[in-house]
Amino acid sequence: MRRLLIHLGNIGHLIVKELRSIRADPVMLLLVVYAFSVAVYTVATGVKLEARDLTIGVVDEDRSELSRTLLGAFGPPLFKVARVIPASAIDAEMDAGRLVFVLEIPPNFQADLMAGRRTGLQLNIDATAMTQAGNGSVYIQQIIAQEIARATAGREATSTTPVDVVVRARFNPNLDSGWFSSVMQILNNVTLLTIVLTGAALIREREQGTVEHLLVMPVTAVEIMLAKMAANGLVILVAALASLTLVVEWWLGVPVAGSLALFAFGAAIYAFTVAALGILLGTLATTMGQFGLLAIPVFVVTQLLSGATTPMESMPVWLQWTMRLISPTPHFVALAQGVLYRGAGLDVVWPEIAKIVAIGGAYFAFALVRFRKVIFA
Amino acid sequence: MTEPAARLAGVTHRYGRVTALDALTLDIPAGRMIGVIGPDGVGKSTLLALVAGVRRIQQGEVHALGGDLSVKAEREARRGRIAYMPQGLGRNLYPTLSVFENIDFHARLFGQDAAERRRRIDELLQATGLDPFEARPAAKLSGGMKQKLSLCCALIHDPDLLVLDEPTTGVDPLSRGQFWDLIDSIRARRPGMSVIVATAYMEEAERFDWLVAMDDGRAIATGAPAELRARTGEATLEAAFVALLPEAKRAQHRAVEPRPRVAADDATPAIEAEGLTRRFGDFVAVDHVSFRIGRGEIFGFLGSNGCGKSTTMKMLTGLLPASEGVAKLFGRPLAADDMETRRNVGYMSQSFSLYSELTVRQNLRLHAELYHLPDAEIPVRIGELLNRFDLAEAAEARPDALPLGIRQRLQLAVAVLHRPAMLILDEPTSGVDPIARDSFWRTLIDLSRDDGVTIFLSTHFMNEAQRCDRISFMHAGKVLAVGTPDELVAARGAATLEEAFIADLKEAAGIADGAVPAPAQAAIREPETAPRAEKRFDPRRLWACARRETMELLRDPIRLSFAFLGPLILMLAFGFGISFDVENLKFAAYDQDNSMESRQLAEAFSSSRYFSEQPPLRSASELDERLKSGELTLAIEIPPSFGRDLMSARRPEVSVWLDGAMPFRAETTRGYVTALATQYAQTLSADRAASSHAETPVSIETRFRYNQDFRSANAMVPSVIMLMLIVIPAIMSAIGVVREKETGSIANFRSTPISRFEFLFGKQLPYIAVAMASFVLLVVIALTVFDVPIKGSVWVLALATLLYVAATTGFGQLISSFTRTQVSAVFATAILSIIPAVNFSGLMAPVASLSGGGRLIGMSLPPAWYQPVSVGVFTKGLGIAELWTNLAMLALFFLLFLAVAQLGLRKQEA
Repeated sequence: MRRLLIHLGNIGHLIVKELRSIRADPVMLLLVVYAFSVAVYTVATGVKLEARDLTIGVVDEDRSELSRTLLGAFGPPLFKVARVIPASAIDAEMDAGRLVFVLEIPPNFQADLMAGRRTGLQLNIDATAMTQAGNGSVYIQQIIAQEIARATAGREATSTTPVDVVVRARFNPNLDSGWFSSVMQILNNVTLLTIVLTGAALIREREQGTVEHLLVMPVTAVEIMLAKMAANGLVILVAALASLTLVVEWWLGVPVAGSLALFAFGAAIYAFTVAALGILLGTLATTMGQFGLLAIPVFVVTQLLSGATTPMESMPVWLQWTMRLISPTPHFVALAQGVLYRGAGLDVVWPEIAKIVAIGGAYFAFALVRFRKVIFA
Repeated sequence: MTEPAARLAGVTHRYGRVTALDALTLDIPAGRMIGVIGPDGVGKSTLLALVAGVRRIQQGEVHALGGDLSVKAEREARRGRIAYMPQGLGRNLYPTLSVFENIDFHARLFGQDAAERRRRIDELLQATGLDPFEARPAAKLSGGMKQKLSLCCALIHDPDLLVLDEPTTGVDPLSRGQFWDLIDSIRARRPGMSVIVATAYMEEAERFDWLVAMDDGRAIATGAPAELRARTGEATLEAAFVALLPEAKRAQHRAVEPRPRVAADDATPAIEAEGLTRRFGDFVAVDHVSFRIGRGEIFGFLGSNGCGKSTTMKMLTGLLPASEGVAKLFGRPLAADDMETRRNVGYMSQSFSLYSELTVRQNLRLHAELYHLPDAEIPVRIGELLNRFDLAEAAEARPDALPLGIRQRLQLAVAVLHRPAMLILDEPTSGVDPIARDSFWRTLIDLSRDDGVTIFLSTHFMNEAQRCDRISFMHAGKVLAVGTPDELVAARGAATLEEAFIADLKEAAGIADGAVPAPAQAAIREPETAPRAEKRFDPRRLWACARRETMELLRDPIRLSFAFLGPLILMLAFGFGISFDVENLKFAAYDQDNSMESRQLAEAFSSSRYFSEQPPLRSASELDERLKSGELTLAIEIPPSFGRDLMSARRPEVSVWLDGAMPFRAETTRGYVTALATQYAQTLSADRAASSHAETPVSIETRFRYNQDFRSANAMVPSVIMLMLIVIPAIMSAIGVVREKETGSIANFRSTPISRFEFLFGKQLPYIAVAMASFVLLVVIALTVFDVPIKGSVWVLALATLLYVAATTGFGQLISSFTRTQVSAVFATAILSIIPAVNFSGLMAPVASLSGGGRLIGMSLPPAWYQPVSVGVFTKGLGIAELWTNLAMLALFFLLFLAVAQLGLRKQEA
């Protein structure tokens, strides 16, 4: 019992030291603040993964009332730009990526339609804009169908489908991607900043030789490691929660469905896990230069293949399993999505927490082995 | 001697509130050997840096070699005639470069051709006795050799003024003697050369021509050593210096009085080493060393640099495990996790090992806490130590703002803080001024004689060795002799301890490998009188810089392999992993009707390749639960009377619930559902064959351009290339400049004629080359593994990539030149490059559809301009005609980053 108190006391003192070290670097603190405020805001408001802010051009060779109505139907928020272009400009506009869609309306379109003659429209889609091409074309076709139906309504009775399919989205009724990307950006920041901060703290001690001094004092390797993980994880955790309440809930007005406390609990465990990963990388690299080159790919892979950017199900099954086995991030993303969007409770998300703890435990054990080996070698 | 070597008038220099130089006015005569002496923190280094032109003048005038150093043109013109060697062992050397390469780099900076370089380097290496070690990396040299190598680097261009800041601090007596003999012989050949040296060794100052004694930013006396001695009537220079100090300071100083040791009652030795051995690979650092140190004894370790002193001490503290042999402290064998032993030992390592980001007081406090001093006692103890080690004034300062000597005192204070029964001190007084050293020794003697503390220390000062109870000479991992100082002198029949020591060392070294060189007899050439016109731009300097950076990169295989492996792994992961194809959507039906019609509807979903069916739902609450847990992405709720209603054309309502947590997925799913519903309706109509013609006469033909089969890979792979070629190259180059700031080799940039452009662009070149090589690799993977063909011009893509990586490596350097630590450089680069490259550069959504801040951020960085080129050439078959604006923008970014980086990098320190 007394020994445990001594250990905790040592860890406490070392945490204070780590926090002072962090405070001593204003550049770093400023970057942390930037990443959790401005960056979250711009990502949430600037990037739309849903079909929104589409750019469309219309080649109007008909110049009829209907063609003008069609043009008018392509308005915000679904469309950002809708303008009439000459047929000769299609290639240039699409090549440069200024327009993702171009609709070609042939001459006599309205006249043919009214006369019941078969006629056709052509929709050009830039299929390299993956996130917009598929969904966008579905919407555009729906809009055209609606407008045409309305225009021909006088002529023919509107046909109704025999079944009324009502599609409703739960948890994010308007499918606003800002709700998604703002929170995911916070998760990404937690991963990136905790890895870099913790790993760099270790590399700095190694490069400056201070770890040598620590090791002659009556403190153990475990204490040193735990203190580093706790201090750096804590800073990021506080920043993440502040960002979630101030930037996401208040500034962006995104409702948070579930328990903030449960999310904080999960995030604390996750931060601890990635902090262990940071230590591990810090023992694999010997200089800051090597650390940067090692940490960045690790981070980018964990971020982009975690379900925080593209759906997990879209990945090949072997890759899904690999990521779920070696990285805690997919589980944390699932947890965060469950708690924050769907309002899931501990009864629902405990398996994710258990998985993070298991992976974190493995990271910690491996990091500790490396830490002892590298520092005492 | 009409023109002085340097002239200072009313020079004041401040660091924050601390005044380093206080209205200093001084003429330093030319053609002589000038010594600057004085305690730590009196402004010696500042004075030297100002004279060398590497520090910006704040106030007053500084002339060197007849030029006003505040005028840029005059300063630049003198650059090639002044050489500067900063404080610290080998601070301006490149550790992975060999002896030859280090000097060669400096020679290239002065534009010497191959033949001249070879000749000069040979001469210098012979003169310094470094010729047998030409190929050895600088990191593997001993301290004395490093300093000689630094001197070679400084002398490569025949300077007229040589500025040396404590060149022999931490260097063993033998090497020190050789170093000064070398300087003497060079001066004999080049009588016109002036040498200004700061030193903490008074014995050394004795041999200089003219001295400046400094205190508190002022010169308190100048003149020849003999003059100073005569003026004060003291026998030694050390005593003379003390006498010159103002009354108040002199009062603090008391001579060290050694007291005889009273033998301890306990016969168990405090330290017992038996056959202690440590190997690093093939190299035996410590070779069967045995000794015993009694309780309360002061035991000194003397030896050349790199002889194994530090390694032995580290083994005794438990920092290093011994390869062989036994070490016992207080009769107990050393164990790795023995906290009791650690509490009994105070250790001070050779290099500064306290936290530079904590203040002096915070450092002391941390150690007090970790050694579990009672809370009440901590402030008292800290106050005591601040007084005893004269640190009170610096208590709230951070160590990196303090001079070496004061930092050493802090380390000592920390080592004795917890009143250990044993102190292991590795060169504790290296770089500490004589007065502070004496006061420290009084403390040591008190600790040993009054409290019975055992003290084991290493030193290069002979007068300190003389004060030890017993000393041992060490060389090449072996103990040569152990005994009291008097015994050792007697055994050699020498006059002084220094003589005895040097004789022992020479003998041992002679037997070992004959490596100790005869002092320079080789020819140092007469100065070349050819005019040295410094050009503003010299491709040879640029090349020197690029060449050196390349060599350093090649010597770091880990960094190099990460640079190639990183993008490779990422590319494979992304090419396979990032896909916007939404498939395998988990759905379940809550069929309350269970009629044939309802089962048909559910079947319509399960037969689609986009959906994968899960066990059916049995209640509305289950539907809620399973959606909430994320197990289902999609739930269909079919009302109880579905079949009946359908048959009677009452248009039943079917509810489809989507998980909106991931909006992109949900939206795509909604598209699928709509299409399925329409299809289902059509099937129904066809079945009933009773429908009126609902078909509209309009067909909408969709053309997926550029990527007909709508493959994710075709779009993602070119975008991932964009991502890879900013993240990795920027992180690599971000280390470049700031690393030199941290290690100190930035001094070479400040003290040589290399321009900011040459320095920056030179360092950038190798990273551009690495990035281009990795680009080729990525393209090969794109073509072979992912089957993404290049439809447009490969050459346009290559040119754009060249401009792009020039801009992205420039981005890294820009950050590097504005940050102060490698940590913040890596941190800043990671945040500032990854977030925009992933979000605002066309990887996720086309830049044209971005709005607000995101678009602005995207457009103001290179990736958003390169992504259209990469995608355009790969998939759209574009050429220069369509892409020239993007290329022009990339070129502009490159030039802009290079220009702004130059602003962040100063030729002079503040």
